[in-house]
Amino acid sequence: MTARALFPADTLSGEQRRQVEALSGSVTPEQARWISGDFAGLQAGIARLAGEGALPAGAAAAVRTLTVLHGGETGNSASLAKAFAAAAADQGLVAQVEDMARYKPRRLRDEQDLLLIVSTHGEGDPPQPALDFFEFVEGPKAPRLPELRYSVLALGDSTYEHFCEAGRRLDRRFEALGAARLADRAECDVDYDETAAQWRAEALALLVAQAGAGCEVSAPADPAFPASAAHDKRNPFPARIIDKLTIVGRDSTKETRHVELDIAGSGLAYQPGDALGVVARNDPAVVAALIDAAGLSGDSALTIKGEPTTLAEALESHFEIAITPPRFLDHWAAVTGSAELKRLGSDEGKAERQAWLRANHIVDIVRRFSAKNVDSSTFVAGLRPLQPRLYSISSSLSAMPDEAHITLAPVRYRLHGEARHGVASAHLADRSAVGDSLPVYIQPNEQFRLPEDDKAIIMIGAGTGIAPYRAFLQEREARGSTGKSWLFFGERNFRSDFLYQAEWQAWLKDGTLGRMDVAFSRDRGEKSYVQHRMVERAGDLFAWLEDGAHLYLCGDAAQMAPDVHETLISIVAEEGRLQREGAEEYVRALQRSHRYQRDVY
Amino acid sequence: MADAGFTLDRSKDLSQPLDRLSADERLKKSSNYLRGTISTGLLDRITGAVATDDTRLMKIHGMYQQDDRDLRDERRRQKLEPAYRFMIRVRLPGGVCTADQWLKLDALARSHGGNQLRLTTRQTFQFHWVLKEDVRATIQGLHEALLDTVAACGDVSRNVMCAADPEDSQLHAEVVEAARTVSEEYLPRTRAYHEIWYGEEKVASSDDEQEPFYGATYLPRKFKIGFVVPPSNDIDVYTQDLGFIAIQGPDGLEGFNVAIGGGMGRTENEPLTYPRLADVIGFISKDRLVATTGAVMSVQRDYGNRAERNRARFKYTIDDKGLDWIKAEIESRLGAPLEPARPFHFTSNGDSFGWRETESGRSNCTLYVESGRLANRPGRSWLDGLQAVARRHRGTFRVTPNQNLIVAGVSAEDRPAIEALIAEHGLAGTPESAIRRNSIACVALPTCGLAMAEAERYLPDILGRIEAILAAHGLTDEPITFRISGCPNGCSRPYVAEIALTGRAPGKYNFYLGGGFHGERLARMVRENVGEAEILNVLEDLLGRYAGERHPGERLGDFVERVSYLASEQQVPGRIDPII
Ligand code: SRM
Ligand SMILES: Cc1cc2nc3c(=O)[nH]c(=O)nc-3n(C[C@H](O)[C@H](O)[C@H](O)COP(=O)(O)OP(=O)(O)OC[C@H]3O[C@@H](n4cnc5c(N)ncnc54)[C@H](O)[C@@H]3O)c2cc1C
Ligand SMILES: Cc1cc2nc3c(=O)[nH]c(=O)nc-3n(C[C@H](O)[C@H](O)[C@H](O)COP(=O)(O)O)c2cc1C
Ligand code: SF4
Repeated sequence: MTARALFPADTLSGEQRRQVEALSGSVTPEQARWISGDFAGLQAGIARLAGEGALPAGAAAAVRTLTVLHGGETGNSASLAKAFAAAAADQGLVAQVEDMARYKPRRLRDEQDLLLIVSTHGEGDPPQPALDFFEFVEGPKAPRLPELRYSVLALGDSTYEHFCEAGRRLDRRFEALGAARLADRAECDVDYDETAAQWRAEALALLVAQAGAGCEVSAPADPAFPASAAHDKRNPFPARIIDKLTIVGRDSTKETRHVELDIAGSGLAYQPGDALGVVARNDPAVVAALIDAAGLSGDSALTIKGEPTTLAEALESHFEIAITPPRFLDHWAAVTGSAELKRLGSDEGKAERQAWLRANHIVDIVRRFSAKNVDSSTFVAGLRPLQPRLYSISSSLSAMPDEAHITLAPVRYRLHGEARHGVASAHLADRSAVGDSLPVYIQPNEQFRLPEDDKAIIMIGAGTGIAPYRAFLQEREARGSTGKSWLFFGERNFRSDFLYQAEWQAWLKDGTLGRMDVAFSRDRGEKSYVQHRMVERAGDLFAWLEDGAHLYLCGDAAQMAPDVHETLISIVAEEGRLQREGAEEYVRALQRSHRYQRDVY
Repeated sequence: MADAGFTLDRSKDLSQPLDRLSADERLKKSSNYLRGTISTGLLDRITGAVATDDTRLMKIHGMYQQDDRDLRDERRRQKLEPAYRFMIRVRLPGGVCTADQWLKLDALARSHGGNQLRLTTRQTFQFHWVLKEDVRATIQGLHEALLDTVAACGDVSRNVMCAADPEDSQLHAEVVEAARTVSEEYLPRTRAYHEIWYGEEKVASSDDEQEPFYGATYLPRKFKIGFVVPPSNDIDVYTQDLGFIAIQGPDGLEGFNVAIGGGMGRTENEPLTYPRLADVIGFISKDRLVATTGAVMSVQRDYGNRAERNRARFKYTIDDKGLDWIKAEIESRLGAPLEPARPFHFTSNGDSFGWRETESGRSNCTLYVESGRLANRPGRSWLDGLQAVARRHRGTFRVTPNQNLIVAGVSAEDRPAIEALIAEHGLAGTPESAIRRNSIACVALPTCGLAMAEAERYLPDILGRIEAILAAHGLTDEPITFRISGCPNGCSRPYVAEIALTGRAPGKYNFYLGGGFHGERLARMVRENVGEAEILNVLEDLLGRYAGERHPGERLGDFVERVSYLASEQQVPGRIDPII
């Protein structure tokens, strides 16, 4: 095609026409295509701004729009999306990075190339912030998308039953809506770097090939892409533990800890609601037991990501060695040739797999299905990299400069007659003392933020779910916020487990905290949970919501969160005289307007 | 009205507007007859405590908010509030209860009171460790056994004491009855107690109906009444605000000598506070008992110091207004003078232990209860033992003013069984040394909010060391009164003991010597704020000389006075404070 095709005679001034003709005379056909593409790109942009739908056919064929749409809760999808945009920019492609939380789904019909990066949460559910997007896409209002080319990068955790389910759903649905799959869906486990990189490369290659390889046109970098902070997940900061104490009273059935870390000089900054990522190590004793069970030697040499190391060191610092990922099941089935393991890995074993894996951690499997002379590298091949653990930050920088506090509930359980401990929580609780340092980073959580100072907040949390509210109130006290506040807290026993009791009492006295309701599930007589208190206060609760209060829910995802959510809906139905559907919509609307935010785990 | 000549200072008493009086007076007045916000406070789920003002009002309902002081610092670091608990004190005139009541007290101790009962120096029971949410249940439980806690603490007439006389004479029976009458007669009348604790309906009533005797501000301070039956002075009648000394005639009880103005409490570095022995001001026939009690208490009610709480006790009212004026005022209110005091004679203020036949043919057994603490400990399952006894026993139980217990009125056929139970549960043994049998320790740590040093928990050790010295000088069988209090308030009545310690700081005590063996003379401070070593040094020296230089049958306290041991001690450091 030529420039002329693009610019009908009457649309150009004499001067312009002379310039273009001069140019078109001088360029090679190749260059002409690039230029046309460039102009088409401009026009596409103009068209989008003018809100027109389809593009001039010619141009559409020439250059397509590119959007990277991400949905997640703990930031992985977001950072991958930004990384993708950066990589695209290097290739001369302009990529719009959009968060499903804010994306207007109706724009879908205007999209041309769409990359979806989405994680799975809860029990195979879409991430909270992406619920509306899913509802629209999977619902009847979703448009046919014949023009669209897309690809899905699904983030997940293979130890969950519904691995990458959210991503799979989108992949299925877009196909059903008639969109064309640009590149196949990739499913990432928690160690997503490689898989994500492969998928990115593949998708980019396909896009660039279309746009014309080796294009020099430089695209503006995505402004949303931040200059990477000095310390982050990849480069955590060694923070010194400055205080650590058990904050439950004698004869408590819990052993909740309060840990204070010194982040001075780290450049780490966080907001109330953010979490602290802690890079922990496995317990040397557990490592030794595993090595012993596998009949290996701890100091046998090994290379991890090009770095030489020993098996013991690798198992301590690089790999998850407790919970069994399905990957290990298959791996070990291959290594040992065990029929039973094969069966469990197969569809036949699907039904029982989840439960079986929970009851049989790696060491248990290795003990029971011993492998003849397996070597170190073969052994670790089935393992997943050790993941940092997140802990809601229970302090506010405005009140505690240079510090980050966390509230820790050590994970302990018995398995096969043995006492077992959670990797990170036990590292913090049992194997680190004041003065020691731990690698940490900030995990921002835009989905859990205080509103303006004059807005009312209702905070609901059980157990360590109270942590971010301590940060909230420290912040509000420091800022002298005027908004009303109301805290619901639940734990086991009033006398031993009322986390930070003295601080809430002080805040209630000075008005920083307006109201507090507590529920204790193991006190003689009353077996109550936070949702029971909510019901007792239904009238006020609804009135607060009607007055624009922001609602927060934090803590246990398995039991508390669903119960509280359900209770919230029935309270809205009851007090707002609404049908179930109406109440659900009311609550969804709260979430949509970010007035109902959750941080559950 | 008495004596015109002298002008009476009324600037600090009931006649003054509230704003001139102490905060406690304003609180009582504004509390709507002790209701305050107690009921709502009990429902507050954010704290195991109640509002500070309510803790004051609750005293008159017979309970104290406390916290486990052993855990205080630990919980502070845990960012938890203190381990709040309530101490509940039963009203038990004369210290007598039935076997059925015992079983109820025992049950409540097990369900709400941390599996222990505490016998007190004013002859009643205390529950410790009661949680806020269990207070009501405890009070209602007591109600079922026809017991209550009304006026067991606070600015009213307190638990009325009565000699625990193991002889169980007819006289004693009459005096116990007198104690009951006085206790009932001067109980607060407010319905608040019934409303808050029994959940009864609020009935509107005019002020006079509310508190005909006390009025809205009750008394300026606690007021303690006790009855004693010579020759035993077990209740320490000289330490009571109002003491009645039973006088016996050819045909039984004739009346009482009246003693006023006793009190132990003092406050460190406040010279205007001091222990004071009661003065015997005359005799009344028994039919004038209630009227006399009212007259005496009303004088304190109307003239007591309500501006300075540390000077509010009756003993200070007497010293401020003058004994003669007070006596005259009492007589004028009685409408007749008191008769001259009758002769009487005390021998001791301690208990004698073991079994005794009584006039009635039944028998009594006095059990030694170290510091009055009834619990189940290895080798001494006292709580279980007494529960078993109570199941079998058809008589009564009597708490003695020395924190011991009398199983009273045991029938001949029950005695073998009860004797067996007592032995079986390690209740039979009385201490070897006479000093231990004559010792008292207040509660102090960990429950008492005012304790500055250990008392009850320290008694066994310190006595052990003193016993070693006594043994070395062959004094093991010599009855010597030893009393220790965790602070200068003197709940163990230390200032009338022959050897006494009052707490100043952990491990540090004020050290007193020379009290009268039957409570007739105050002890003097020989060392201030000293530790165990210094105390034992002084005792080593004193007891050595006592063994060598004493007159036949001379009591340690009397010896200390005679050889003016104190004077000879002048040169050694340690202040000897002039006790008024
Ligand atoms: C339980 C008992 C000591 C014992 O080991 O038996 C006791 C225990 C307490 N006494 Fe007492 N007093 C006890 C007999 C006495 C006596 C002896 C007596 O009355 O025969 C005295 C000295 C006589 C007198 O009143 O002067 C006594 C003088 C005090 C005082 C000082 C009063 C004063 O005027 O200076 C206080 C402090 C106060 O009232 O402000 C006090 C306060 C207290 C309190 C309630 C502490 C408080 O106010 O917070 C103690 C509770 C400790 C606990 O954990 O149980 N207690 N208290 C006695 C309970 C008696 C009863 O059943 O009513
Ligand atoms: C956003 C967010 C915020 C969080 N905030 C906090 C916080 O504020 N405080 C806090 O304490 N935690 C918090 N967590 C949880 C925390 O991140 C860790 O998950 C938790 O501490 C456990 O990690 P771990 O390494 O100690 O245990 P892991 O080594 O991860 O062990 C946990 C695993 O052990 C296995 N397991 C547990 N019990 C049994 C059993 N009975 N039988 C068999 N297997 C069992 C399960 O597979 C479980 O997944 C938060 C999590 C998220 C996602
Ligand atoms: C509370 C919680 C629940 C999760 N549930 C699942 C799940 O059901 N299935 C799954 O594949 N991954 C699950 N994951 C793992 C996340 O999808 C994975 O950590 C992903 O990297 C998060 O990406 P994001 O930060 O973009 O949300 C869960 C993670 C959390 C914290
Ligand atoms: S004497 Fe002091 S320490 Fe002992 S019980 Fe009385 S107030 Fe408490």
